[in-house]
Amino acid sequence: MSREALLKAVNEVFWDVFDDESLDIREETTAADVNGWDSLRHITLIENIEDRFDIRFTMLEVNGMKNVGEMLDIIAERARE
Amino acid sequence: MDMIKFSRLERNCRQPVIDEMINYKMAVLGNCSTQHLAMAVKGYAYEMQIALDVFDADYDQIDVQILSTDSEFYDFAPEFTVLFMCSEKLYDSFVLMTQAEKHLFAETMLARIQKYWRVMSSNINTKIIQFTFAQIDEAVFGNYACKTEDSFLYQVRKLNYLLMQAALEYKDVFLFDLDRVQSLYGQETLMDPKMYYIAKLPISIKMLPEIARQIMQIVVAIKGKIKKCVICDLDNTLWGGVIGDDGIENIQIGELGLGHAFSDLQVWLKELKRRGIILAICSKNDEATAKQPFLSHPEMILRMEDISMFVANWDDKVSNIRSIQRTLNIGMDSIVFLDDNPFERNLVKSMIPEMTVPELPEDPSLYCSYLKKLNLFETASYSEEDAVRTKQYQEEAKRLSTEKEYSSYEEYLESLEMQAIAKPFDKLHYSRIAQLTQRSNQFNLCTGRYSEAEIEQLAKDDKHDTLYFCLKDRFGDYGLVCVAIMDEISGTEMLVQELLMSCRVLKRGMEEFVMDTIVAMARDKGFHTVKGRYVPTQKNAMVSDLYERMGFRNLDNNYFIADIEGYQYHKTYIIKEEDRVNE
Repeated sequence: MSREALLKAVNEVFWDVFDDESLDIREETTAADVNGWDSLRHITLIENIEDRFDIRFTMLEVNGMKNVGEMLDIIAERARE
Repeated sequence: MDMIKFSRLERNCRQPVIDEMINYKMAVLGNCSTQHLAMAVKGYAYEMQIALDVFDADYDQIDVQILSTDSEFYDFAPEFTVLFMCSEKLYDSFVLMTQAEKHLFAETMLARIQKYWRVMSSNINTKIIQFTFAQIDEAVFGNYACKTEDSFLYQVRKLNYLLMQAALEYKDVFLFDLDRVQSLYGQETLMDPKMYYIAKLPISIKMLPEIARQIMQIVVAIKGKIKKCVICDLDNTLWGGVIGDDGIENIQIGELGLGHAFSDLQVWLKELKRRGIILAICSKNDEATAKQPFLSHPEMILRMEDISMFVANWDDKVSNIRSIQRTLNIGMDSIVFLDDNPFERNLVKSMIPEMTVPELPEDPSLYCSYLKKLNLFETASYSEEDAVRTKQYQEEAKRLSTEKEYSSYEEYLESLEMQAIAKPFDKLHYSRIAQLTQRSNQFNLCTGRYSEAEIEQLAKDDKHDTLYFCLKDRFGDYGLVCVAIMDEISGTEMLVQELLMSCRVLKRGMEEFVMDTIVAMARDKGFHTVKGRYVPTQKNAMVSDLYERMGFRNLDNNYFIADIEGYQYHKTYIIKEEDRVNE
């Protein structure tokens, strides 16, 4: 999956979790940029990303990712394994 | 099984409440983070058209909320209280204990939990949904954990057993068996360790919808919404093969072919029947051919006496199901339809959407495990009368066929030789009375739901008068079929606070008999008037004019009144049992 396609797929998960199809997620997007992205919703988001790409994040990753770009890095790496 | 996703439940929580929805209040208390659990339950309730107002106490607030009675919890006064203590947190305190304390761990925890139950029940009227404890093995003793009281596993198992034992004594406590869910789905599915460490979330997001579903099943069962009947197809559902083509000696049941898979389904259905679920057959077959295995196949588990209604013909299944439903006089939403044929299933589902139609797996070896996992037969009560229900419905079918021979309906009623008992509530019947208040929807004037404890209270209260009615006739015994609760609102006026009757005994003068008994009782106690009330629901339109039919005057606002002096007693063909004894 190309980086662009990956971002698009992740964006669709965001639409579902945040119930907002106008969301336009970018690599540099952080929790502060998305309405409703609090610690509770972060857990739902992680679950849906794991489900969508059939991967598991580690505990450190869940707590440590700084922006969407870092999330994409992890997905891309896991999916390659 | 298709599970609803948590994100959908979360989204449901943000939807506005729709007017037609039923409202319940629920508190969720835990020794861990319960926000996601609370959201899942609320979101699942929304799927069932229930607006759940949820009070989610903060992290680890059980003691504060329950033991101090001026807490937000008591302010909120929920109808349902979910109490969830996760095993992981229990283990944290277990490891700090001395060996002697560890040996008493299960007892100590039980005493603490029972204290919560008692304090809650003595302060508010709430149904407690108590989670059992998911077994976790600390892996210190290996399999030897089963053989030493020092192990956490030993203590958790013991605690679950003690909880079950204690729940027998507490009528307002219902156990939600989390440990059973774990054994079905596995520990690795039930729990996501990283989410526990990050957010103190002891149940994985993936499993929350299933947990929420089962909690809501308990809630609606307490509210009286339960499955009462299974309608079953025959060929390739109850046995392998087609009876009309293969003949009785070639259908697969028992030893023949894949017969054991079908036998096990029959065993399960028979056990459900013993619990009080009505079994009916609906099959496209010639009736005589279809009945043959039930009558003469040596390895059939189900026999004719297990089946309340047997419908085998070439009409479409939807009209046959409707006729079964009419005869049994139960709601479509209380029926489960089993059929191996996807075409029939889809037809029935689209024509009768309120009915439950499980998507049976293609492989019959999976029928049983699939159906059991659905957990369709949740119940909030169980009494011995449930077990004889099949016989009662068979008697009803027999009665309907006798009915045709009589020239007048009165003559027929007289021939029934009906005998009734009318008595104030007594200890022996509290359970059945409570159950009837929880289950009756159609002939139910005010639809108040009462627990066994509340019934006991009413029986002992001198401001209230109570009556239960039992009916039998020459075809059989219906048991306890009617309940009336009267409130002495003034020295001269008695209010019928609750009046409900099982629909099985309609149209035979029982309504008249009951009303006359109530009025006569009020007369004997020196009242001047009897007042009645009708509270409309979606299901009780059939009794909207009951009081007027019985000769009461309509007072507006669904209140009705009768002057005892001028009251016209009715002619019925029911003999009061004590009168008969006196003869």
